[in-house]
Amino acid sequence: MNPKTVSYILKRILMAIFTIWVVITVTFFIMHAVPGGPFLGEKAISESAQRALEAKYGLDKPLFEQYLTYLSDIVLHFDFGPSLKQRGREVIDIITDGMKTSVKLGLIAAVIALICGTVLGSVAAIRRNKTIDKVIMVITTAFVSMPSFIMGTLLLAFFAVKLHLFPANGSTASGMVLPVVTLSLYPMAYITRLTRSSMLDVLGQDYIRTAKAKGVSGWAIIFKHALKNSLIPVITYCGPMIAGIVTGSLVVEQIFAVPGIGRAFVNSITNRDYPLIMGTTIVLAILIVVMNLVSDIMYKVVDPRISFD
Amino acid sequence: MKPRKLSLHIDVDAFIPATDQDKAYLVKMRSSSTFFKDGMKRLLKNKVALVSIIVILVVVLGCIFIPMFWPYKYDQMLGVTAGAAVDSSYANLAPFQYGATEKALIEQGTKVFPHIFGTDAAGRDYFIRVVYGTRISLGVGFFASLIVLVLGMLVGSIAGYCGGKVDMVLMRIVDVIYSLPDTLMIILLASVLKQTLGAAIEKTIFAKMGSNMLSLFIVFGALYWVSMARLIRGQILSLKEQEYVLSAQASGAKAGWIIRKHMLPNCISVIIISTALQIPSAIFTESYLSFLGLGVNAPMPSLGSLASDALNGISSYTYRLVIPALIISIIVLSLNLFGDGLRDAFDPKLNA
Amino acid sequence: MSLLEVRDLRTSFFTDAGEVKAVNGISFDLDRGQVLGIVGESGSGKSVTAYSIMQILADTGRIVGGSIKFDGQELVGAGEKVMKTIRGARISIIFQDPMTSLNPVYTIGHQLIEAIMLHTGRDKKQAWDKAVEMLRLVGVNDQQRRMKQYPYEFSGGMRQRVMIAMALACEPDILIADEPTTALDVTIQAQILELMKSLQQKMGMAIIMITHDLGVIAQMCDETIVMYAGQICEKGRTDDIFYNPAHEYNKGLLHSIPTVHSAGQRLKPIAGTPIDLLDLPQGCPFAPRCERAMKVCISQHAPELTVGDGHTASCWVNVEAGLKDGSIVIDDQAAGKEPAHE
Repeated sequence: MNPKTVSYILKRILMAIFTIWVVITVTFFIMHAVPGGPFLGEKAISESAQRALEAKYGLDKPLFEQYLTYLSDIVLHFDFGPSLKQRGREVIDIITDGMKTSVKLGLIAAVIALICGTVLGSVAAIRRNKTIDKVIMVITTAFVSMPSFIMGTLLLAFFAVKLHLFPANGSTASGMVLPVVTLSLYPMAYITRLTRSSMLDVLGQDYIRTAKAKGVSGWAIIFKHALKNSLIPVITYCGPMIAGIVTGSLVVEQIFAVPGIGRAFVNSITNRDYPLIMGTTIVLAILIVVMNLVSDIMYKVVDPRISFD
Repeated sequence: MKPRKLSLHIDVDAFIPATDQDKAYLVKMRSSSTFFKDGMKRLLKNKVALVSIIVILVVVLGCIFIPMFWPYKYDQMLGVTAGAAVDSSYANLAPFQYGATEKALIEQGTKVFPHIFGTDAAGRDYFIRVVYGTRISLGVGFFASLIVLVLGMLVGSIAGYCGGKVDMVLMRIVDVIYSLPDTLMIILLASVLKQTLGAAIEKTIFAKMGSNMLSLFIVFGALYWVSMARLIRGQILSLKEQEYVLSAQASGAKAGWIIRKHMLPNCISVIIISTALQIPSAIFTESYLSFLGLGVNAPMPSLGSLASDALNGISSYTYRLVIPALIISIIVLSLNLFGDGLRDAFDPKLNA
Repeated sequence: MSLLEVRDLRTSFFTDAGEVKAVNGISFDLDRGQVLGIVGESGSGKSVTAYSIMQILADTGRIVGGSIKFDGQELVGAGEKVMKTIRGARISIIFQDPMTSLNPVYTIGHQLIEAIMLHTGRDKKQAWDKAVEMLRLVGVNDQQRRMKQYPYEFSGGMRQRVMIAMALACEPDILIADEPTTALDVTIQAQILELMKSLQQKMGMAIIMITHDLGVIAQMCDETIVMYAGQICEKGRTDDIFYNPAHEYNKGLLHSIPTVHSAGQRLKPIAGTPIDLLDLPQGCPFAPRCERAMKVCISQHAPELTVGDGHTASCWVNVEAGLKDGSIVIDDQAAGKEPAHE
């Protein structure tokens, strides 16, 4: 591999690690801004929990030492401490349980969004200004403006409640349909528009004209010459898309009662389960940062032109 | 040599020289116009954008004026009077339905203003709550965008103009904040500020706003200014290359004056478009946070919190969920469409 | 029969603002092995002529009239199937900006091979060898390594050489060069022109050289066409065009070029701006800017008049001169029955 590419990748990885460290640090110090500190913030914790926490975190020690202990626990042992409100459970276990469901949900939504989005966007671009294009544009504009929790609640209201087509509870297989659809609609609409404008841009480029002048047929122009170039912005979007799906899942899981990490996170906020809040924030943040990193690297691999800053 | 024949109709007299007037007749000059006029012309031709801005204006005017004459207050729990038992006939009325007490009043001849959207579980008129909620959502969205704009402009123009070390440091900070997962950080900040701010602002003017709204603004200010800063810095960097800065510097103008007078007016169209597109996203974030319970404090309604409250009664009172949801969608959609229209009309780089 | 016969070609672009008549009735011939130059300002319709021949106009453009006969076959209305066999194989084109004309995400080897495999039925290995040979022919060294590189790794001049290699790989009958050197440095420009000249002698294809630079015309072309506002003003051997200009526009162009002898004198540009193609007048399109314009120029378009051996021009000044010295008479009776001719 090109040495410049390697150094670029290394730089990005370092940046990602730095960002994760910033997230952990910021989270820690913000949480300690709560009066009484996150681990003792509420008076109503049991004696045993309190003793365990004090021993574990050395709460009489200076803040900075506590911070270092916390940091090393996470990095070395993946230990985020015990949950404050869910007795006897470790934060890391709650998180892993929740992740199983959420990752499944999110992945399916992402794949649907990518495939449908690129196909629809390409169709719209190829048939520019014809009816199919206008229809696609109107629908996607509507979906792009509807926040996922709006979409989710509306879908819930109509399909689950009024029409009884799908269960309102998300823990079963058929119950996954509505949450997945809700999560995928915004990214799908966005990707459709992105692909369309990107492909239109590409189709207007000189090298497409050259391909035509060489005698290349219409379909070959689209699939061989235009597509690879058009997908470049879509690849860049993968990182933000995952971030969006994570964000969306916080509300979607709430609306559809899906037992995932998103719901655990929201409940932890309402319950003021600070160790859990911190743990989920950090894990989700790591997920987003890693996805952005992967997306940046892939972008570089696909387009050899991009400068190596 | 034999003369050649040309077969055509001509008037031999027509071989006299043409006057300037004759020539001028041929050349039609297109009227020149300024960038602003061109842009406005294009914008006015865009029907979608026009409809959107009208919708927004209607909503905004509604939010401002309706509460002035509406007979119900958003926090007024009808049926609850101090000291007496709660009159539950006011609670959970369907749209346009009258409660038992109200029906009695009507029979007596008193005029009772109808509840267009019914009432909620606490006996509050839902319509006015929705209107108020819209007002809050719009207001927060707008002011948050303003904060983003001001902060972004400040940092961006300083970084852009000063360059060198200052620029590098500021941009490193921007990069780090930019790569933080914003929604997570916002939720975190909001949940903490909810606890801490309450006590801190009790005696100040901010108390009326509520700790949540204040924390919303703080949170926006902390995180969202970065892309605006980057944008403005980019604009300034490109403008720096332009001739007239050199000439201004040559005549001894100071840095601050240069920034204000020469550079910023040129970025205006880019800034305005970017801000216009920032407002719907701010409204979205606000309603999202309200939905999660991190938004404005009760009893102040926000469209997001109204939607979230309505989730519980979704089977019986579906309309309570659908109404705020639709309104948010309409507002965000119209603002996005208008922002798109602005960009199509004024962005010189896009030649559709 | 000429290799290429263009008769009364009309091409327009249909935009929101109206019909832009980019090419408005042009006729010319191209023989085998001939180097023809088309010179004119921006907007004169020279590139659109080329794109009309290859039928690679933008979506809004259409040939609205006339005929283009290539080797006896009518191309106007022939359809995509026919055009695909001609493009790249029998008529090739190279464009002005080699950077944007090459696909950035594919190696140039890939792009070269595509053209070869498409039209000559060679397999990949044979196509590779042919591509390498073409690169060598256009002066690219270290061919095997270069084949695996991407366009951004080449300099401007190198990229144009690659474009030429790609265009000539299938040994076409006609090479159209649309402002091939405009985007290059002057020194590189000279190299590319030299290359094209030597390739033309080696391979014997005809070249249509489109440019706004009279210097390029002088260097490369046997015959030249001068275009203005979508019409041909003057046509003939390059020497005649330069030394015996017969159209006021051409005369204006030649006078506006500074020469070694004109040092210290004021430059004489042609006054005014090019005409709006949305709104073409009835008469000569150059009339508003012409010092010698007459009333007839405003109302009628001049007929194509032979002013020398293989040299024609459409300018009333020549008609006026001819009438004055008696070499031309007007035949009113025949008028109206056929188009104006002599």
